[in-house]
Amino acid sequence: MSLVLGIESSCDETGVGIVRDGRLLGDCLSSSMEQHIRFGGVVPEVAARAHLEAMVPTVREAVDRAGVSLSDVDAVAVTSGPGLATALQVGLAAAKGYAVALGVPLLGVHHLAGHVAADTLEHGALPERSVALVVSGGHTSLLLLGDLARDPIVHLGDTADDAAGEAFDKVARLLDLGYPGGPAIQRAAEAGDPEAIRFPRPTTGRFGFSFSGLKTAVARWVQRHDGPLPVADLAASFQEAVVDVLTAKAVDACTSHGVDTLVIAGGVAANSRLREVAEERCAAAGVTLRVPSPRLCTDNGAMIAAVGSMLTDAGAPWSRLDMSTDPSAPLTGALLSVTR
Amino acid sequence: MLTLVIDTSTPAVTAGVYEVSGPGAVERLADGAVVDARGHGEHLAPLIDGALAEARVAPRDLAAVVAGLGPGPFTGLRVGLVTAASMSHALGVPAYGVCSLDAVGFAAAGGGGPVLVATDARRKEIYWGLYDSDGERLAGPEVARPAELPEAARAATRVVGDGALLYPEVFPDAKDEWRYPPPQVLAFLASGRIAAKAPGEVLTPLYLRRPDVHVAGRQQRMT
Repeated sequence: MSLVLGIESSCDETGVGIVRDGRLLGDCLSSSMEQHIRFGGVVPEVAARAHLEAMVPTVREAVDRAGVSLSDVDAVAVTSGPGLATALQVGLAAAKGYAVALGVPLLGVHHLAGHVAADTLEHGALPERSVALVVSGGHTSLLLLGDLARDPIVHLGDTADDAAGEAFDKVARLLDLGYPGGPAIQRAAEAGDPEAIRFPRPTTGRFGFSFSGLKTAVARWVQRHDGPLPVADLAASFQEAVVDVLTAKAVDACTSHGVDTLVIAGGVAANSRLREVAEERCAAAGVTLRVPSPRLCTDNGAMIAAVGSMLTDAGAPWSRLDMSTDPSAPLTGALLSVTR
Repeated sequence: MLTLVIDTSTPAVTAGVYEVSGPGAVERLADGAVVDARGHGEHLAPLIDGALAEARVAPRDLAAVVAGLGPGPFTGLRVGLVTAASMSHALGVPAYGVCSLDAVGFAAAGGGGPVLVATDARRKEIYWGLYDSDGERLAGPEVARPAELPEAARAATRVVGDGALLYPEVFPDAKDEWRYPPPQVLAFLASGRIAAKAPGEVLTPLYLRRPDVHVAGRQQRMT
């Protein structure tokens, strides 16, 4: 029975969640997205300034919504990596401040483990073994999971270049659809034909990904095209290529490893076409699909509290107060407590 | 009133615990600093923990938190301010901000003419403030290239702060003293507010610079 405060600040969202025994009691999100739009991407210094301003008000609001008191908190979990260095520093320092003031354990956790853990808040504990596809603006990984809090995480495949979400951003910019690209492409694709243009499905190895070439293929197509661009068809066809390759490999990973559960998490998991195609293919392969609701797919604090709750239950060691951020941390386990 | 002081505006990561018994009445219980320009995130929490332990003070016994607001390099400065703000929130006690240069200026004041305080702003610049013999700020805080300080600042009879030591060609008479904000002076400068139980403050950093950004153009088309 433990109440965990989770803090996320790896990119442009200041997220705070309160979880008790795997159940989300309340959370709050403060985004600096609006401040980055005109720059076409997240500016680290702008994000870090916003985290500092938002941190305490966001914690206060999350605690209020959860109907608990800060003095009830049993542990503080925080994203210590990967992410933007200056942004991570704010969340980690805040988490240390809360942990010291409240006299409770500090747990540094891996951001991507948080994305996977978000699903447990809505769909309960993960089975003994599962495959996770984590797709976001910074990451695209196919993972073989055991007990998320205890076992090492096995990478089946990763992207060789751009993350899937990054490809959405770049193609959206190419098509003048604005930033962030994910929602923009999805909106534009609604009126388009996904079969209109057959873009390549680049891959590296059986479970690896590559999206840089796909982005270039869209760019070349646009450049060669005369007259007004069929933006809806381009968006739909690009999105289809990404979704096709992601879902095909994820389902293949499940069947070839004898795993009956696929978890799709991360910001790109909020994409409705990805959810739709994954649902069809998983059903056909006899695989149970688990995807968090869209608001828990994008960065948030609830997912960090969820990992913290699992780690606390598993008796994970406390992180030291001198722990560092790890902006480029590889995903090997849920706990990420690096001291330099 | 037991007061925690934090300053991360310079390479000296600093924390201390003091008993404030009235305006201007500050007794040191414990304090410490580690000089590490890139280590604020690592050193601060252990320094706070250590100072509290040495002072035999439990966090819940604290009555106030004081933080140096800078100016200072952004990432380190934010570590101190978000730590102070989160502890103030967690403990339900007020937080008070003090311009970090003021603590150096107050400590170094006296002995005649005005004192120039300079700390390292990186990028060949300094953060500076000018103080009279009572330690009152006459000008600043501002950021500038050492050789391009305004006339008033150059009229100082003494120059202190670690920023001055970095530019001996501009500040040949800079002394290796009062390099960093003394935490006890930060407590002293906030002692009036602490004793009066003044309302807590939002700790707004003195960045003095805008973020370095440019608006991205449309992605180049490939040929």
